[in-house]
This record gives sequence, structure tokens and C-alpha cells, in this order.
Amino acid sequence: MASPEIDALTQALARLPGLGPRSARRAVLHLLKKRETALAPLLRALETVNARLVSCHLCGNLDTVDPCAICTDGRRDARLLCVVEEVADLWALDRSRLFPGRFHVLGGRLSALEGVRPEDLTIDALVGRLAAGGIDEVVLAMNATLEGQTTAHYIAERIEAYPVRVTQLAHGLPVGGELDYLDEGTLAQALRARRPLG
Amino acid sequence: MAVTRLRLTDFRSYPDAAIEAGPGLVILTGENGAGKTNLLEAVSLLAPGRGLRQATLSEMARGHGPGGFAVAAQLALPAGAIEIGTGTLATAPERRQVRINGAGAAANALGEWLALLWLTPAMDRLFGEGASGRRRFLDRLVLALEPGHGQHAARYEAAMRARNKLLAEPEGADPAWLAALEAGMAEHGAAVAAARDRTVAALAARLAGQPAGPFARAGLAIEGWRPAPNAHAALAADLRAGRGRDAAAGRTLAGPHRSDLAVTHLDKAQAAGRCSTGEQKALLLGIVLAHADLVAEASGRRPILLLDEVAAHLDPLRRAALFDRLAAAGGQVWMTGTEAALFDGIGAKATRLTVSGGAVMEGG
Ligand SMILES: Nc1ncnc2c1ncn2[C@@H]1O[C@H](COP(=O)(O)OP(=O)(O)O)[C@@H](O)[C@H]1O
Ligand SMILES: [Mg+2]
Ligand SMILES: [Zn+2]
Repeated sequence: MASPEIDALTQALARLPGLGPRSARRAVLHLLKKRETALAPLLRALETVNARLVSCHLCGNLDTVDPCAICTDGRRDARLLCVVEEVADLWALDRSRLFPGRFHVLGGRLSALEGVRPEDLTIDALVGRLAAGGIDEVVLAMNATLEGQTTAHYIAERIEAYPVRVTQLAHGLPVGGELDYLDEGTLAQALRARRPLG
Repeated sequence: MAVTRLRLTDFRSYPDAAIEAGPGLVILTGENGAGKTNLLEAVSLLAPGRGLRQATLSEMARGHGPGGFAVAAQLALPAGAIEIGTGTLATAPERRQVRINGAGAAANALGEWLALLWLTPAMDRLFGEGASGRRRFLDRLVLALEPGHGQHAARYEAAMRARNKLLAEPEGADPAWLAALEAGMAEHGAAVAAARDRTVAALAARLAGQPAGPFARAGLAIEGWRPAPNAHAALAADLRAGRGRDAAAGRTLAGPHRSDLAVTHLDKAQAAGRCSTGEQKALLLGIVLAHADLVAEASGRRPILLLDEVAAHLDPLRRAALFDRLAAAGGQVWMTGTEAALFDGIGAKATRLTVSGGAVMEGG
């Protein structure tokens, strides 16, 4: 039987996405047995991230620096902006550098039924970025759900006045799913075949 | 395409029942209340939607049971067998779970695997009642031909609900948000209308070309709301112009959710609603049989038919004609009746099952 302290650790890990009580117990046991090589480095990494964690004031990404590493990466094409619903989508598109430009995280999607309104998302900030100039193309990379597509149309309306090309990912109805779940091949294809918003 | 095995757990009157069925006619007999329709309903849940009773999921869980239910089936397809499971958990009694070959899936994905059509005694009122029942009937016909129809219809409805909610806001709705929802309604609504048009045109042509046989030939047309030639743009424009109208009405007054399926008895040139109950039944049967042929021809897979209490309402001549036609067409057809004698004319190859007291036995 474990002490309440170790139980608390197991329960905290078990609540993480993708884990569960079984995997959590295995992870805890591993950490306890490898105190120096596993537990201590994990603790230091957690402490550092916890101390420095910030939301990027430009794009909404989560990172330990502000602006985030993506926004300050000079090799990226600053004229290309990809708008996503959540940080998870940004990370999905950033896997193996699928998208060469920068991002904008909305922080959700419009939902009349759930009461998520335009002012609850970072749409004004997006409009501000376009007004500042220097952006040629906005890729609306919303999920292929009804709410995602409604959000894409809404943003297209709001940014109509700016001289930018507005495109959307070429993922159709059959996928219906969320970017986060797509494999890299599918995502790369959806990006390559992106098309003007119809 | 056939359901070869079916297992029900805490579904309606069945604590636990397992049956095996052949690829052709499946005949269920048993007294009133034995559970025949319950069994057909279980099969109907292997397609998207709420099944042949349009019931809620919690109604389907066995009363005094643990709360959830499960329907598991093995399906024989040209490409091999697949396993489909659907049901609810006691902890989430209104959330339909679907598994296809063990992996979680959306209910709409079921339409890609099998096409199902049914006729039930409740549909006797189809031509006398409101348009929503006929729209549902039509949409099921469309779904069997175009599996993507379900998703378009669901998205159209969802966008409409959201738009209605915004229009009801006292402070006035954000026009850009309304426009975004209307764009979704126009896209999916146009797709819904076009798919319905294709199905009605194909089915009407097929019915008109058939000889006048024992089943009345139906004429089909879409009435009520009809899409303009350029449906997508026209619906978008109509919705935009109709915001005030719809806000005042508290609902959306234009769109494919306001269409109706008009059916006429061709040989009598009479609206179906004016025909006798028996004639209406024969009309529906004629539509379903012609549709099954159409689907078989178009997709190479014959839909599974569920005919609840159909034999009892036909005279002996029409009953024999029905059985002949079903046997000749091939494909799996589930039929129910209170007496085995109703099915006497059917050959020995049929699967005969007796239903009684929450159990299903072979033989009939
Ligand atoms: N959720 C349920 N739990 C238990 N019994 C049910 C449930 N729903 C319906 N039943 C029972 O199932 C029986 C009706 O079965 P049904 O299949 O309609 O009979 P029939 O053989 O006449 O078609 C009724 O006795 C009804 O009480
Ligand atoms: Mg019945
Ligand atoms: Zn950033």
C-alpha cells in the first residue's frame, strides 16, 4: 500500500490525457525506482516550465518565452498566417514543420448553443494583426466540424476589408474530425491543397 | 448484405437474446407483445438515426434493467464480415455509442456499411399526418443511396438551430455571425435538397416504368419548399433577406426542412392521403420495393428490409405476390406476424423464428 503522498501523485498522473490509473501506477513506480535519472530531471523540467509558462501575446501559443519561439523564428514566412482554434491544433500543424508561416490561436470556436461568442475568441487581436500589415495570406485551419466551419466563415466576413488572400484547409466532410487527430500525411495534403474560402 | 448474427443485451423486453439469421427471408412469429417489433427495432439501430420507432435511447434500455443496452451484430458484406455494435452505457443513457469492428465510430458512419429500410404499422398514418414524417421517410430513402446525406442533414439542422437562437437574442444578432451560419445552412441545405431531388427523380422514373401489378404504383414529387435553380446561392440570399421574418416567427420559414414528399396513386390519379388504408399500404410497399431495386442497382448492395406486420394487411393474392417478389429479388428481409400460417407460401430456405417471453427460438 502506498502512502497518501504517493497516492496523490498517482492520481494526478492518472488524470492526464492518454494515461489512466494503470499507466499512472507504472509511471510512478518507474519514477520512484529511478529517483536520480527520472524523478529529479522531470521535477526540474516541470518547475522550469511552471515558472516561465506564458501565453504568447502575439499568437496565443503556450511557451516559456513571450513572444513564443515560433513568432520570433526568423526562418518562418511572416507573410503567411494560419488561424487555428486551439493550441493543440497549432502544435499539430507545427509537427515536423508542416506549416512554414506563423499562427494565430482563437481560443475556441463560435457556438450559439454553448454561448461562445465572437468576443470570447481572439478575433479582434487577429483583425489587429492584419491591420498592422505585412500579411499576404490567411489560412483558416478550423476543424471540419459545423462550428469550426461557421467560425471560418465568420472570420472571413470580419477580415474582408483587408487585402489578403483567405484560404482554408482542404479537408472535407468525410473527415469531420479535429486537426489534432489527423496524421501528418493528411495534414500536409490538406495544407498543400488549400483553397479560397467558398 | 445481411445481418447474420444479432445479440441483444438489456434491449427493450430482452435481457439477453442471441439469434442467427440466413441471408434471405427472416420470419418472426409470436403473439401480440411477444417482442417482434422490438427485434426489428434493434436491427434498425444498425443504421444512423433513432430507429424504426423514433424512440429515445433511454426508452430502449430494458425497464428494471441496469440502465444501458447493447445491440451487437455480425454483418455479411460482399467484402467479408464486419462487427457492428451500438448501445448506451448506464452512466450516459442518452449518448449513443457505436463500434465498427471494435473501433469507436460516429452513428453516421453506419450508413457507409449498410442500407436499411422499414415499413411499420405506425407508417399507415404517413400520408394523413404532417410533413415531418414524410420528410423522414424520404430522407431514409435518400440515405440508402447517398450515405453523405445524413451528415448534410445534421449540419443543416445544427446551423439552423444556432441561427434561430441568435435571431431570438433581444439585443440583436451579430450580422457576420448570422451570415456565417447562413453560409453553412445554404451549403448543407442545397446538398440536402439536391440529394432528395436525385432520389425522387430516380425513384419516380422507376415506378412510372413498372407494369401495373399487384402493388399500386406511386407518383412522387417534392412539394412545399423547393430549391431555386441555383439552390446554394438562392438559399443564402433568401435566409439573409428573411432574418426579420424568421426572427418574428421564432423559426426559419424557408429551406429544405419545409419540403414535403407528395405521393399519388398513379393508376387512380389520386393523392395518397385520399386512398384507402389498404391502398396506402400497397403504395408504400411499392415505393420501398422499387427503392430496394434502385439501391441494389446503384450500389451493388441490396438494402435490408424490415417489414413489420405487413403480411397481415395484404389479401392472399398480394401476399403471395409480395413473397414471390422478395424471393426473386434476393436480399435479406425481416418480416413479422402473429401466425406462422401467414407465411405458408414461403419456401424452406427462410429463417423461421418464434418470439416469446423475451426469448427467440428457432422454428416457427
Ligand atoms: N424498455 C423496455 N423494457 C422492457 N420491456 C419493454 C420495453 N419497451 C417495450 N417493452 C415491452 O415489449 C413488449 C412489446 O414488444 P413488441 O416488440 O412491440 O411486441 P410485438 O411482438 O407485438 O411486436 C411490450 O410488452 C412492452 O411492455
Ligand atoms: Mg409489433
Ligand atoms: Zn507566438
